[in-house]
Amino acid sequence: MILVFCELKDGQIRKPSAEALSEGRRLADAAGRQLGALFAGASCAGAAEAAKYGADLILTAEGATLASYSSDAYATVIAEAMKAKGATVLLAAATAVGKDMAPRAAARLGAGYASDVTGLSFVDGKLQAVRPVYAGKAFATTSFASAVQVATTRPNVFAATEKAGAGTMETLAAPAGDFKSVVREILAKASGKVDLAEANVIVSGGRGMKDGANFKILEELADAIGGVVGASRAAVDAGWGLPHSMQVGQTGKVVSPTLYIACGISGAIQHIAGMSGSKYIVAINKDPEAPIFKLANYGIVGDLFEVVPELTKAAKALGIGKN
Amino acid sequence: MKILVALKQVPDTETKIKVAADGRSLDPADVKWITSPYDEYALEEAIRTKEGKGAEVVALSVGGDSAKDVLKNALALGADSAVLLKGDGQGDAFAVAQIIAGYAKDKGFDLILCGNKGLGGDNAAMGPMLAELLGVAQANVIVMLELGEGTFKAEREIEGGSEIVEGRLPAVITAQKGLNEPRYASLKGIMAAKKKTIEEVDAVPATVGTQTIALALPPERPAGRKLEGDAAAQAQALLQALKDEAKVF
Repeated sequence: MILVFCELKDGQIRKPSAEALSEGRRLADAAGRQLGALFAGASCAGAAEAAKYGADLILTAEGATLASYSSDAYATVIAEAMKAKGATVLLAAATAVGKDMAPRAAARLGAGYASDVTGLSFVDGKLQAVRPVYAGKAFATTSFASAVQVATTRPNVFAATEKAGAGTMETLAAPAGDFKSVVREILAKASGKVDLAEANVIVSGGRGMKDGANFKILEELADAIGGVVGASRAAVDAGWGLPHSMQVGQTGKVVSPTLYIACGISGAIQHIAGMSGSKYIVAINKDPEAPIFKLANYGIVGDLFEVVPELTKAAKALGIGKN
Repeated sequence: MKILVALKQVPDTETKIKVAADGRSLDPADVKWITSPYDEYALEEAIRTKEGKGAEVVALSVGGDSAKDVLKNALALGADSAVLLKGDGQGDAFAVAQIIAGYAKDKGFDLILCGNKGLGGDNAAMGPMLAELLGVAQANVIVMLELGEGTFKAEREIEGGSEIVEGRLPAVITAQKGLNEPRYASLKGIMAAKKKTIEEVDAVPATVGTQTIALALPPERPAGRKLEGDAAAQAQALLQALKDEAKVF
């Protein structure tokens, strides 16, 4: 069996989890295996939706002890479920929870682990993964030596595809309390915007923005086209008050949106590494020789302080981002 | 308090990646090697803890002789001692976690710090695997750490925000940019480090979980085109192209 750990938000399966589940279905079909979806939390209401993405079996571990995320509690639930079902493959989305829990569960299962994969297949009955390394400057094909194989899927890479599965529900026991660590509080989720790593559209600013306050024009464009705002290392390190969580690049976030608009970013190797996996790249820069233009599908040589507001205006006029 | 800091030697971020003749590893020619930047935050946090409340800081790396550079730097920055777990450095995160666990398991470390990922391999796996093998707590991608009596409180970066994780020591904590601002080595520190020796220990046998069987450069991006005209015309042309050609909207 292939087991996919899924996350719920407001009673719905999170998109990165739906993507992992869909890829799990594709792999299960190719290998003639069953697909299980696993949920854990104080409530797993909404887990039945996994049948929509092809789950044959839906496992839910519900209990007060799982109300807050705990690395060891969740790793325990997952490892126990893997053993109980004799599953040999564990997938999860490479989210904050997935990346925290999956390697711990892998170590408990004596399994190899491939993180942030962008391609999966079965070779000789074992999982094989393709994953970006050096922040996307290269891709490694990874084979597994272990009997159990664990991987996390990079958000926004695999398509979430609906395909009905049997969706037989089964409950699992929640572990008793007293965990080694637990999340006490969630801070600063006020923006309600998706994370850069999961964003479909990113508007990013670099040194050419001249000041942190000028990022307001990028926010306005992002709002108009349904995107989120990122920044280069040069901008984050410039002392403009931009949080490092905005940083795209080798020492920041590695992103794979459908559209990446680079404003006033020259295209240092370390930045390119973090965003070259974007499907479409737009570069706006007043220097026609900026290396970013070599990557861009569409290049605009011009003053971003003129071009960006024009883009916002035109996007609003066209009703883009409103679907 | 006894703190272990695990450090990894990695290619500099400006490295242009070339695939070696074996087709599955990095061509080491012209590569400048550095301490993984995330590990620098881990080391800085350990040294600040030592300065603040007192601690013994042991720097550790797994690999061959070249990894000694990383350890010499750690000694210059303020680590009390340094250990090189000698191996070929070719193992995956699981193997490295086993090697470090094999060394650390009976040494009484209260805190193990490392980067949230090794730059390059980008697995973000060694820390949590080490925590599991040692049977201790973990907190990953940490931008704030407070240590209590046998407890810790850490702020961890998550999608669109952060969360507070509390747990018991010993623990493995993996550092993220923002945790602190690493210092530079002082001349005094560099001189003092020269007098210290790096302990060399054979790595315990470990089993790998994964192997890299091929390394390839990403496909070339298709040639793009420049959009002409004034700002308004360029903006119009771009949105039309994204809508009609790329079908992004």
